[in-house]
Amino acid sequence: MKLSESWLREWVNPNLNTAELVEQITMAGLEVDATEAVAGAFSGVVVGEILSVEQHPNADKLRVCQVAGGAEVAQVVCGAPNARAGIKVPFATVGAKLPGNFKIKKAKLRGVESCGMLCAQTELEAGDDASGLWELPGDAPTGAVLQDFLGLNDTIIELDLTPNRGDCLSIKGVARDVGVLNRLPVVEPDIAPVSPGIDDTLPVTLEAGARCSRYVGRVIRNVDLSRSSPTWMQERLRRSGVRSIDPVVDVTNYVLLELGQPMHAFDLNTLEQGIVVRMARAGEPLKLLDGQDVKLSDDTLVIADAGKAVAMAGIMGGAETAVGAGTKDIFLESAFFDPIAIAGRARAYGLHTDSSHRFERGVDFRLQEQAVERATQLLLDIVGGAPGPVTVTELAEEVPTERRVTLRRERIHDGLGFAMDDADVVDILSRLGLTQLDGDAQGWTFGIPSYRFDIALEEDLLEELARIYGYNRLPTTSFSGQMRIQPQPETLRGLAALRQQLIARGYREAITYSFVDPALLKLLDPQAEPVTLQNPISAEMAVMRTTLWAGLVQAVLHNIHRQQSRVRLFEAGLRFVPGSRGLAQEPVLAGVIYGQRHAENWGQEADPSDFYDLKGDLESLLTLTGDEVAFSFVSAAHPALHPGQSAAILNNGTEVGYIGTIHPQIQQSLGLSQPIFLFEIAQSALREARLPKFRELSKFPEVRRDIAVIVDQSQPVETLRKVASKKAGDYLRELKVFDLYVGKGIDPHRKSVALGLTFQHPSRTLTEDEINASMDAVVRSLEVEFNATLR
Amino acid sequence: MENLSTLTDQALKLVEKADDLAALDHVRVEYLGKKGQLTALLKGLGRLSAEERPKVGAEINRAKQRIQDQITASKQRLEQAAVASKLAAETIDVTLPGRGGDSGGLHPVTRTLERMTALFAVAGYTVEEGPEIEDDYHNFEALNIPAHHPARAMHDTFYIDAATMGRSGKTDSSASYVLRTHTSPVQVRTMENREPPIRIVCPGRVYRCDSDLTHTPMFHQLEGLVVDKGISFADLKGTVDQFIKAFFEADVPVRFRPSYFPFTEPSAEVDIQCTNCGGDGCRVCSHTGWLEIMGCGMVHPNVFKASGIDAQVYTGFAFGMGVERLAMLRYGVNDLRLFFENDLKFLKQF
Repeated sequence: MKLSESWLREWVNPNLNTAELVEQITMAGLEVDATEAVAGAFSGVVVGEILSVEQHPNADKLRVCQVAGGAEVAQVVCGAPNARAGIKVPFATVGAKLPGNFKIKKAKLRGVESCGMLCAQTELEAGDDASGLWELPGDAPTGAVLQDFLGLNDTIIELDLTPNRGDCLSIKGVARDVGVLNRLPVVEPDIAPVSPGIDDTLPVTLEAGARCSRYVGRVIRNVDLSRSSPTWMQERLRRSGVRSIDPVVDVTNYVLLELGQPMHAFDLNTLEQGIVVRMARAGEPLKLLDGQDVKLSDDTLVIADAGKAVAMAGIMGGAETAVGAGTKDIFLESAFFDPIAIAGRARAYGLHTDSSHRFERGVDFRLQEQAVERATQLLLDIVGGAPGPVTVTELAEEVPTERRVTLRRERIHDGLGFAMDDADVVDILSRLGLTQLDGDAQGWTFGIPSYRFDIALEEDLLEELARIYGYNRLPTTSFSGQMRIQPQPETLRGLAALRQQLIARGYREAITYSFVDPALLKLLDPQAEPVTLQNPISAEMAVMRTTLWAGLVQAVLHNIHRQQSRVRLFEAGLRFVPGSRGLAQEPVLAGVIYGQRHAENWGQEADPSDFYDLKGDLESLLTLTGDEVAFSFVSAAHPALHPGQSAAILNNGTEVGYIGTIHPQIQQSLGLSQPIFLFEIAQSALREARLPKFRELSKFPEVRRDIAVIVDQSQPVETLRKVASKKAGDYLRELKVFDLYVGKGIDPHRKSVALGLTFQHPSRTLTEDEINASMDAVVRSLEVEFNATLR
Repeated sequence: MENLSTLTDQALKLVEKADDLAALDHVRVEYLGKKGQLTALLKGLGRLSAEERPKVGAEINRAKQRIQDQITASKQRLEQAAVASKLAAETIDVTLPGRGGDSGGLHPVTRTLERMTALFAVAGYTVEEGPEIEDDYHNFEALNIPAHHPARAMHDTFYIDAATMGRSGKTDSSASYVLRTHTSPVQVRTMENREPPIRIVCPGRVYRCDSDLTHTPMFHQLEGLVVDKGISFADLKGTVDQFIKAFFEADVPVRFRPSYFPFTEPSAEVDIQCTNCGGDGCRVCSHTGWLEIMGCGMVHPNVFKASGIDAQVYTGFAFGMGVERLAMLRYGVNDLRLFFENDLKFLKQF
């Protein structure tokens, strides 16, 4: 909300400069977003009057004006389209300084002398109108200093009010808080009831219960809409960010800004019979003031006449009943609409108005009569007319009542951490407009004023006390509490250890958006039906990832496009997988590598990375669990992966992830010259670790035997290892695959696998015969089960 | 015994001339070996008289010892030279970079979060996490933000198309789901399941439908919650103040400003003096000298009620802060959007 500082100071004028005032209200919870001078810094500008205008002899678009207002009548060349005799405009005389330190000198324009300059609003930084000269009111005193005449020595204060402080959405409300903070009385303008001159009234029927429990109205006949609002009012509206439209609309806006009561004026003669406040009928049409045609839904409160809805209550009036140039008689509305009846409705129609903003947050339910009287007073001054009596229509039992809230003395100490003096408590709350109803040794009961919708609980009173006393004056303490040692299972591995492991192996952590491009996701996880956002930020961020690969692949591409030739990234986070049992939000860990195996270095080969580089990194994570034997890799197809280079990761037989080389077709469609290698694994599989269990160390010698067997190329080595391990007997300590050979000297469909077996007995030296027997058993089983031959 | 002194001189000369271990050994064999010339002299002692024998014998042995000492010294010298020359030949360029020294790093957001949670862990806070697709109840209702509450406009919420969430008897079809707009629902979920005393921090991703120079549609928050008997606003101030000073490792001025969050009462915004200009006013703090870094307050009784905690017995406070904001201030990052581009040139700086 924007407000004029000088307007505020008419109500309450603390001995503070602008910066101090802004600081004070900010620290009281009325946050000031910005301040802005009402006009630029200029001097030597007066109210000028154009006495005559002649065409410039040498330029079609220029005119030569004789202007009064300076020391003597001056000749000024002007190009503005609205320059004409009789109007009053800002006149920068010779010697004036305009904003930007622009000095006005005597000059010749196309051969004609010009002594000064006539100004538009923008040239004085006093508004946005750059279309022509700023036309001042006809009664502006010619020759007056412009700042003095318009009161331009003022600041616009822009408040960013929190939704609980609807009571501060007016000069009156802000002045109330400023008065409390400075212990100053607040001076309201004199709003005396205007006696009716005629008897005319309009009947009002309230049919929507608590949604509208008070409706105050007044008929005013014979208004003269050919008049315009006075300059002071236009200026105040402008400084509050409101455009001047016509005197009736201006007055209702003025009252809204001044008192906080949204009002509406109807053209009386367009209303059929009387006013009915009711719920809209589903689909009921209404043409709004802004020209929009809407079909109302039945949860919308409307103002209707006998035949039709004529306004969306508390939000916007209708076009057909609006006040216009031809309006003679008007009907003023000043009502109380329940916040619940208005909240969310404007947004549902794509609207947000000054009125709905206030009603949603709560308008003082005792304010309606004062607002009508104020509007009447202002209107009669400007457009004249004959007012009827004020009519108050009320559903007495539905009108909110002032709440009562009890404050216990001990709660102040417990809640704020110090004992506030009783006198201070009562003083602060009374100045805020609360009425002390009761008080004893335990505490007090206060009546809450009708404008404070945010005070309903004891805690709300604590906040008021703290706010006015000053948050920064309140004590600052350290609390104590039980410092129990919490259970921390050693078998539950933190994510931090997994991250550190990948970092030690050269990976950078990435954080990618959880919503991804549906097209990319379709490529990487074609079967997925991802969770979809109703209102995505863009089409490329419209679905929730079902795999972290989508973000990681994009991050790899981002880096490749920025000349990176080697990328290693990982990410930990949730993937969102809808399924037959509802949505699973699964924490996973994913990694991706691209480019050379080693960072470019003088001492290492520039080999490209392959599947086994990534697998080794993943295995190092599995090792962290202390239970790597529980994991296995089985060849398995995945739509994103190369069918011959992809594996499912199993943990005790359950699938927990995938690893592989990106499918060559996807690689091609992503425009990659080299493959990407990817893994993704459930964090749950990695975070459960085995508690180490000690085994006695053997003092007896180890014996190692190596064999090489030739088997079919398609034979997974893992199966060989498993069979060999089983057959090698109890004293096998380790089995390594130390060589793999394909090529010359071997059947092209076969491969040679070299196994190293290490034997050791816990309590004696193994004999040659025992070892030979074990090796024979291994070789025989490999021959039988895999058609292996010894090389 | 002229022969002895001639032989000795000859031998010593040859020792001196020997320039490798083989030549030296040759001299030893020639003069001191079993068939060596000095050995031969010793063998000839028998021909001498009994009086002369000990004297001459002693002379020969002295000469032998002299030659032997010389050989030993020479041998040592030659061996040292051989080692030195071998070492010289093995010299490498120690300034060349080592192999495989390429290490990765944490994302700055994780780095910051780990630092924050570590600071709180020392004070007894444990870490709690929650779902990112959250139901309307936990994200709003239970936090005292009913439907149509104007505070909902403060959150630019991403709504989920419920039809795409999979089928389940458990998923309430009438409930609506959102991407959580803050980490506060984790407070509610924790209080629903645990009895006070509670002292937790909740780190995580949050989402707002807003994207421009200073907003990304996803960012991170760290939420804190303390519930116990006798917790006051003064304790909240103390906690926040201690955290900020510890995090920035500086005695940063902190101020509390009244504000409004539906789930706390009283509520406050916390400002710190601008870390960039020290309060003089600069671009970073929009020339105010202050930076808004977190919201906080005393847990609202309605939130306690929704979470099943007796507000007559317990009080508590909560705070929430933007992790990217703190990371930007701490490391001087000037563009929020960099956090999610994952450019290696950026990531390598942390």
